Amino acid sequence: MSNVLVNAPKTAKRGSSVEIKALILHPMETGFRPGPNGRIIPRNIIERFTATWNGTEIFDMEMSLAIAANPFVSFFAVVSESGTVGLRWTGDEGFVVEEQIAIAVE
Amino acid sequence: MDRRRFLAGTAAIVVLPFGPPFGTASATPEAMAAAIRKVVGDTAVREGRVSLDLPPLVENGSTVPLVVSVESPMTVDDYIKAIHVFNEKNPQPGVFTVRLSPRNGRAVVGTRIKLGDSQKIVAIAETSGGQFWSASADVIVTLAACLEEAT
Repeated sequence: MSNVLVNAPKTAKRGSSVEIKALILHPMETGFRPGPNGRIIPRNIIERFTATWNGTEIFDMEMSLAIAANPFVSFFAVVSESGTVGLRWTGDEGFVVEEQIAIAVE
Repeated sequence: MDRRRFLAGTAAIVVLPFGPPFGTASATPEAMAAAIRKVVGDTAVREGRVSLDLPPLVENGSTVPLVVSVESPMTVDDYIKAIHVFNEKNPQPGVFTVRLSPRNGRAVVGTRIKLGDSQKIVAIAETSGGQFWSASADVIVTLAACLEEAT
């Protein structure tokens, strides 16, 4: 997907903890703001962001209205073996985006 | 006398509907305390071990970088299970909750948040042993989030 930007090292030492940074394009509309026509823009936010390592969940974040537009999240993960990190964003109006990134053990 | 009373009456009518702006949806320090109670229950929350890193003075409340890091060995026996972040004055008291495990290696989470006003931010970390540790930070916001016109 072109609207996702993920930054993680391609290779890492076995057992080390690496930082994974993920950015996604999304308005995170709170449902409190009036639009140009004076009407309130309906709420539209990402509610959940999860990360898996080779299928096992390693990170789970519940987001709220207070997360800035184009949500950015950084977290750490232990590299125990070569594998793929699966990232998944879900939200209002059936919003689902998935992204995968591979990290290899040196 | 009648005219004066009449004018005073109209002034009251005009002023009343504009009472607290957005009064229906706003977190308060009490709402934040209640939201924290909901998470920690009756357990005591101690200060320390958590560090909450965000700028003390923010020009634009629409994107405020925030990093929460917790001192923890992150081993199977002793790790940080969850980190919760709360605010006092945004429309809702909760900002985010993350669930962690020893597979994270480090209990550090960064994101960017919105702030509607100058306020206090509180981060609470829950250990695998059921203890709660906290840190708080006061932020001054010069331009609040949500005031910009949507385009």
